[in-house]
Amino acid sequence: MTIAVLSGKGGTGKTLVSVNLAAVAKKSTYIDCDVEEPNGHLFFKPENVSDEEISVKIPQVNNELCDGCRRCVEFCNFNALAYIQEKLIIFEDVCHSCGGCVIVCPQNALTEKDRTIGIVQKGHSNEVYVKSGILNTGEAMGIPIINSLLSENKDVCDDMIIIDCPPGSACIVMDSIKDADYCILVAEPTVFGVHNLNMVFELVKLFNKPFGVVLNKCLEGENPAELFCMERNMKIIGKIPFDNELGLLNSNAEIVTRKSNKYKELFLELLDTVKREVQHETITNP
Amino acid sequence: MKIAIPVEEKTLDTSVCASFGRAPFFLFYDTETKESIFVDNSAATSTGGAGIKAAQIIVDNEAKALLTPRCGKNAADVLDAGNIKLYKTISDSVKENIDAFMDKKLSVLDDIHAGFHGHGGR
Amino acid sequence: MKQLLILSGKGGTGKTTIASAFIKLANAKAYADCDVDAPNLHLVAGWDFEPERTDYFGLPIAQINQQLCIECDRCRENCRFDAITNIEGYNVNPFTCEGCGVCEYVCPVDAIQLKPAAAGELMLYSHENKVFSTAQLKMGSGTSGLLVTEVKKQMKESAVDTEFAIIDGSPGIGCPVIASLSGVDMVLIVAEPSISGISDMERIVSTAAKFGTKTVVCINKFDTNIENTEKIKEFCEKHDLTFIGKIPFDIKAVEAINNGQTIVDIKCASGTAVKTIYERAMELLFNTP
Repeated sequence: MTIAVLSGKGGTGKTLVSVNLAAVAKKSTYIDCDVEEPNGHLFFKPENVSDEEISVKIPQVNNELCDGCRRCVEFCNFNALAYIQEKLIIFEDVCHSCGGCVIVCPQNALTEKDRTIGIVQKGHSNEVYVKSGILNTGEAMGIPIINSLLSENKDVCDDMIIIDCPPGSACIVMDSIKDADYCILVAEPTVFGVHNLNMVFELVKLFNKPFGVVLNKCLEGENPAELFCMERNMKIIGKIPFDNELGLLNSNAEIVTRKSNKYKELFLELLDTVKREVQHETITNP
Repeated sequence: MKIAIPVEEKTLDTSVCASFGRAPFFLFYDTETKESIFVDNSAATSTGGAGIKAAQIIVDNEAKALLTPRCGKNAADVLDAGNIKLYKTISDSVKENIDAFMDKKLSVLDDIHAGFHGHGGR
Repeated sequence: MKQLLILSGKGGTGKTTIASAFIKLANAKAYADCDVDAPNLHLVAGWDFEPERTDYFGLPIAQINQQLCIECDRCRENCRFDAITNIEGYNVNPFTCEGCGVCEYVCPVDAIQLKPAAAGELMLYSHENKVFSTAQLKMGSGTSGLLVTEVKKQMKESAVDTEFAIIDGSPGIGCPVIASLSGVDMVLIVAEPSISGISDMERIVSTAAKFGTKTVVCINKFDTNIENTEKIKEFCEKHDLTFIGKIPFDIKAVEAINNGQTIVDIKCASGTAVKTIYERAMELLFNTP
């Protein structure tokens, strides 16, 4: 069972929800796809960590074969190549690794080599298998790391896989949720929260994914996000109160369900609800 | 000697464009013959790597110097490989900068900013 | 034009809450929301009319003409982005296509063409001498860096008073942040006193340092974790970053935002704190080299 946790914006409690669901699920895999700001590993502090470098393909030129026809320069839609003083210059940070220049070169003067853009870190924290993608600072494209994080899940047959998605609704999020059986949308009780919730709501609708909403940081009084869900018949599967104890534990990167029985109960209940929802989905929409 | 300037319009009265890579046109001015040619900057609408492509245009048009308010690292690398000297413009006026260049009053542009992944431009 | 960029590394630290307070305090004539993935500033900016909208075209994407396609599979084989599917004929997934043009090149029957695609919408609010530039990326569009550049350009081109501008930045450290950073005079980082907040702050500081931009730091909701607040201050000292103040957690801030107000519109502790930070930021922006 693969559950993706997403929110329109960072800081809504996406990591709180995904880390703690993975923690109470006994045997589970937690995957941090928020490669720009990976935080899950700060909570899990995994042990026996192994790093794997993730690289993309970039071209390299054999100057002896290059005859200066410039077809590669003209082909590159990203302007990653220049031909100056009878020499090809390659701008690695601008290259999108499409491989086009290699295909168009009539002299076979271009080949490809690897360039590291970040790492995938794997380790264990109690019963949880923790995988994090970490994009190097200054790099612009995290998708190859996400693909690597998600590609090998098929052979790990855990009962529960929790994916902590990047914030927003860009293509990087679509990549993260494409294999999910169920999506959890985390929302804050403000007008900002409503606007951001609406964005991910549109996204899960587009992908036709079953989903439920978790309202985080709930205060007394009116909750614009709750009203929004009720107006649109969006199922609310859990509510997490605004609470100083929770805030303090969480801000110290502690896993609240490992520290507080109250929150252990809360997340166990949420996990049960999610499992029930997924089973219900498989019966009604097999 | 042929010099290049990123400009807003195809006239000598135009102003210097603040962004090199995304300037609409380049002026190529020959300091000996006083001849001026305007070339469209096909890099202006690129989603990325505009500076690199723009610099290629400067090199291909055989300029020996570029007068610009700022320049990114990738473009500077191309220009450097093409042995093109970079000078910092002193005002918005194209004419003033040409005059200042002829009087050797322009200083070399050395505060090259790090690349902006093609999203440069003030 | 002096430009102040407000950044946070991660979202939800109160970047927009602080940006909206700064805009109010400065009576800013030019400001922009560069969080094109999830823009929020318009919700508290107090503009109650429809903006001027322009389509934003990102990278062109490939289109396959089914009539011409001979299903040779070359496009799919050569696409590095897995953007071509062959379920019920050959099609391009517009969300994953990066517009590289490889498929167009390898197609033996010219059935593929790159065509411009609307990737988002630019919005411009302007009234008298004030302008507010913002945008919303379409779902699934990833080329937001250029849109950020367009948002800033739209602001600068429309601004009447060009002394000072406030830019609400994008979260993360990727492409849109790099585009937000371009050309700004100072970055104000809004940090949160949590372990993850500190980690994100360190990453954004390192990104800003690569561009040599002057960087100052403030802490939001500092009293939710005093120990981490001290850690952030120590980090600033160690890295020569000017620390310019801290804001307490304030339930009234939530109420203000939900009423479409800024935190300096009402009398509250967070509003008072942000005023001090604003004054220090202005001092540093205008009076130091």
